[in-house]
Amino acid sequence: MLADYLAVFIFLVLGALFVPLNLLIGSLIRPKIDEPEKYTPYECGEESEGHLFNQFNPRFYIIALIFIIFEVELVFLFPWGVLFRRLGWFGFVEMLVFLAVLLVGLVYAWGKGDLEWIKPGGARRISTVDRVQDTVDRVQDFERVGR
Amino acid sequence: MGEWLRWVLDMVLVPPLKPVPEPLLTVVTIVVIATIILAFISVLVMFLIWLERKVSAHMQDRLGPMRVGGWHGWAQSIADGVKLLFKEDIVPTQADRVVFAAAPMLVFASAFAAFVVIPFGPSLIVADLNIGILYLIAISSVVVIGILMAGWSSNNKWALYGSIRSAAQIVSYEIPAGFALLTAVMLAGSLSMQDITRAQEGGIHRWFVFQNPFTFLAFFIYYCAALAEVNRTPFDIPEAESELVAGYHTEYSGMRFAIFFLAEYANMFVVSAIATTLFLGGWNGISPWDLWVALPPAVWFILKCLFLIFVMMWLRWTLPRLRVDQLMYMSWKVLLPFSAVCVLGAGLWVMLIG
Repeated sequence: MLADYLAVFIFLVLGALFVPLNLLIGSLIRPKIDEPEKYTPYECGEESEGHLFNQFNPRFYIIALIFIIFEVELVFLFPWGVLFRRLGWFGFVEMLVFLAVLLVGLVYAWGKGDLEWIKPGGARRISTVDRVQDTVDRVQDFERVGR
Repeated sequence: MGEWLRWVLDMVLVPPLKPVPEPLLTVVTIVVIATIILAFISVLVMFLIWLERKVSAHMQDRLGPMRVGGWHGWAQSIADGVKLLFKEDIVPTQADRVVFAAAPMLVFASAFAAFVVIPFGPSLIVADLNIGILYLIAISSVVVIGILMAGWSSNNKWALYGSIRSAAQIVSYEIPAGFALLTAVMLAGSLSMQDITRAQEGGIHRWFVFQNPFTFLAFFIYYCAALAEVNRTPFDIPEAESELVAGYHTEYSGMRFAIFFLAEYANMFVVSAIATTLFLGGWNGISPWDLWVALPPAVWFILKCLFLIFVMMWLRWTLPRLRVDQLMYMSWKVLLPFSAVCVLGAGLWVMLIG
């Protein structure tokens, strides 16, 4: 069985080595002309301005957090899925309760507005993150006006 | 596959009267198999790129490549590959060189490592890991790191946004994909790919997709989620040319870009292979007696995978692109609840009806 994982390791290593190998072969036949303009970041022909990270949509962080929760749940569900015939009704109901608890979590996040991608306008729920971001935006505006 | 190769290698590698040490033989066997699969992937990807151009062309009422190589431009991909090899390798000045170089390596290595557990035939599998499908889910998560590295190290705002969106998309769609796969695993009772395939022996009615209305639904949920994981339309916001230039591989040129492209098409094949193995019977044929329509199992497998890939291409040129908030909505509010229902429903079905 260990030999199986040796195969995985060798595949990973060979896959990683394939790339520099190709680049090496390419380096023998491709040109290398040094023009400074070529190395500026691409922005459809315009000059790039501002810092790299202007504003970061906090949605990405929320998505990552929720992903972690459900992925760990999935990992817990896999052993049950393999053995579930042998575990019978007891195992099934137990897993049902586990899934129900986590689905309650999903419903909570949904209801609180944490799964919305764009900030909801009007009557829909506004999540805490959006409220904080709103406050931060307003403070920044005030600072700019005051200067 | 290992046994025949080891026998051959034992003959070839033997110095005059001393047997070859066991570990060396194992390692050489695996390296040779890896090279064969690498060659297979290269040829497959070239074929798929040509197929994509032909399919897209015919769906748009035009012809596609017709000249390179004579018959319907079959050598177009080879010509493109050689062209990319000749391109200059431009690394932006303030890009993080190490991370910039490592990103394609990570993306390709994980796409390649997924081929370890793809069952092409009854004994045509590199290593039948007993955690087969869980390993595949894990490996497809490694791609996310590579994409984030690519976007970050490019020193380009648009590449960064593209890579973060792509990472968020892949990560959001892994959950419904995992639940859908769990449904098939529940029917098979094992995580090993060969076991799952063998549980579907005996004809088309024994394929998991037809055994249970919940696995039928799970197949479509998995296919949708897999489309999103390989960033294909209608989920190709990260690569959309009109949106973010070229997304996370904006600053990559020449061979580095070719590696990302290779990894994307290899990933397409891997998710089709997973869907084939878990839902469409893997290398099993259609008839229970194998008398009529008797093809070698590997041919069955490749045909089913190619059909699923063709449908991916078909969808690309049929459906419009989803906006990023529609994408997230679909993953968390549509696919996830439905796939959870599939898991429970399949469990109930098996308990009550068997």
